[in-house]
Amino acid sequence: MRTSRFWQRPAFWGFLFISPWLVGYLLFTLGPMLGSLGLSFCRYDLANLKAVGADNYVRLFTKDPLFWKALWNTATYTLFAVPLGLTGSLLLAVLLNHKVRGLALYRTLYYIPSLVPAVATALLWNWVFNANFGILNNSLRSAGIAHPPAWLQDPNWALPAFIIMSLWGIGGGRMIIFLAGLQGISDSYYEAAELDGAGAWSKFRHVTLPMLTPMIFFNMVLGIVGSFQVFTTAYIMTGGGPANATLFYVLYLFRQAFEEFRMGYASAMAWVLFVILLAFTGIQFWQAKRWVHYEGELR
Amino acid sequence: MTAPPATPPPRRAAPWPLKSILVYLVLTTGAMIFCVPLFWCASAALKDMQSVFRIPVEWIPREWHTENFKNAWTVLPFPIFVVNTLIVTCFAVVGQVVSASLVAYGFARFNFPGKRILFVLVLSTMLLPAQVTMIPVFIIWQKLGLVDTFAPLTIPAYLGGGAFTIFLLRQFYLTIPRELDEAAMIDGCSYFGIWRHIILPLSRPALITVLLFAFMANWDDFMSPLIYLHSQEKLTVSIGLRLFQDQYGQTNLPLLMAASVLHITPVVIIFLIGQRYFIKGIVMTGLKG
Repeated sequence: MRTSRFWQRPAFWGFLFISPWLVGYLLFTLGPMLGSLGLSFCRYDLANLKAVGADNYVRLFTKDPLFWKALWNTATYTLFAVPLGLTGSLLLAVLLNHKVRGLALYRTLYYIPSLVPAVATALLWNWVFNANFGILNNSLRSAGIAHPPAWLQDPNWALPAFIIMSLWGIGGGRMIIFLAGLQGISDSYYEAAELDGAGAWSKFRHVTLPMLTPMIFFNMVLGIVGSFQVFTTAYIMTGGGPANATLFYVLYLFRQAFEEFRMGYASAMAWVLFVILLAFTGIQFWQAKRWVHYEGELR
Repeated sequence: MTAPPATPPPRRAAPWPLKSILVYLVLTTGAMIFCVPLFWCASAALKDMQSVFRIPVEWIPREWHTENFKNAWTVLPFPIFVVNTLIVTCFAVVGQVVSASLVAYGFARFNFPGKRILFVLVLSTMLLPAQVTMIPVFIIWQKLGLVDTFAPLTIPAYLGGGAFTIFLLRQFYLTIPRELDEAAMIDGCSYFGIWRHIILPLSRPALITVLLFAFMANWDDFMSPLIYLHSQEKLTVSIGLRLFQDQYGQTNLPLLMAASVLHITPVVIIFLIGQRYFIKGIVMTGLKG
């Protein structure tokens, strides 16, 4: 083989082409990640930097009830919003896959809510949930419920309100992915199942669901990561209230960093979040071998 | 040889009409419920302060107060917010598309040591919570004296363009036949020339897809402008809308809803125009992720 100068080798060009990402990764991802790890062991208010050892973590875990409250709120929200959202998206996709006429119209109508910018969503749902004038309580009253909950003003109902609001987005990207997955399942599988005497439920359970597991997995992993980062809607609608009932993790982190300027403390929170999500994602990838079914070499 | 008996292809059971009716019923009811909040928003934007709180809700306002839109446009410097958002969005989108396209080309067409690991690294950033880098990145921009400028919102876009964009473009580039590259190479095209003259023109649908997603993400973005932009003449629409709420949220609901309509409409229009690109892009990442 002819030896060539380094700039004639494809490997050099490969590195050259990916170099924008490489620089960006070092400058805006890896560097800052290490930076925030370092900061999490310091006290820093943008002026004075002081190393404090593991103080921030000790304080987080032992002396900060709001940290636990925020973690609890976020975990509860995720526990309901992700499974309900996945189920809703899947059901909607199954309905839309029913060879309906006007599929494109339905798909658009269901997709549009997920397009609405987060700020507008928050402003809008603020009034949907309004205790006196909101359209939700209006409908509940006309359905015979004389005293519907005050939603965002009631500590017991504020978090459920956020879960309900999250379901407005079930027609978004997740549903489109499920729908494409459904359309990709070959009819021959269903025919084979029918020959074996499978009914509608059994076809769904033993053909549709296994074939969709890669998409369920994908949507679940991204869904959990996303729902742990709820911020904009809570920031605008409730500011974390009432009585910290909707104080989500990232909202609390944001306040620590950009309202209290406790950069070290907030960095420690960010790393706790990172480790939690890493653990969740790791467990899911590890468990995936047991239930995710990949057809052929699709990976 | 006897001809094989002509068996008709096996047919699925004839659809049960009741079931179809049920499906349409559920879908239509659901779609109506999903549209109610938006419909309410649009109708509230056309009302005055008295009729907006009237119960039962007047879905079609009796009088159309279109002046709400004019007021929303002028009462805060809304046109400035729109211009700012467009500036940030344009600069960021161009950077994202150009740099991601180069990076995706590198990953799709070249072999170099560590490529697999680096690509996994690209994908893993999709799962990385932004908060774990947010604070040091803010400190960097603060030390550079660039807080309250558009730099923090635009410059990073030129460095890679984001995992999602890179992934989507790479998937697309893998479908472009390599023979084209080789033919161009024989004609004396450089690697850069192949990107410019073969890859870019052939990947127009993918580039449009990426462009639309990037536009949406920037138009929607709230946290970064909240962190970086402070003076009123530099705010973007999403932050400006929050100002609206603080100033008029309790006192002038129709005005707030009119402003919200102004915020929502561009994304809906762009989605309706570019719908097939969106759907393709989502499907591409979801099925091969």
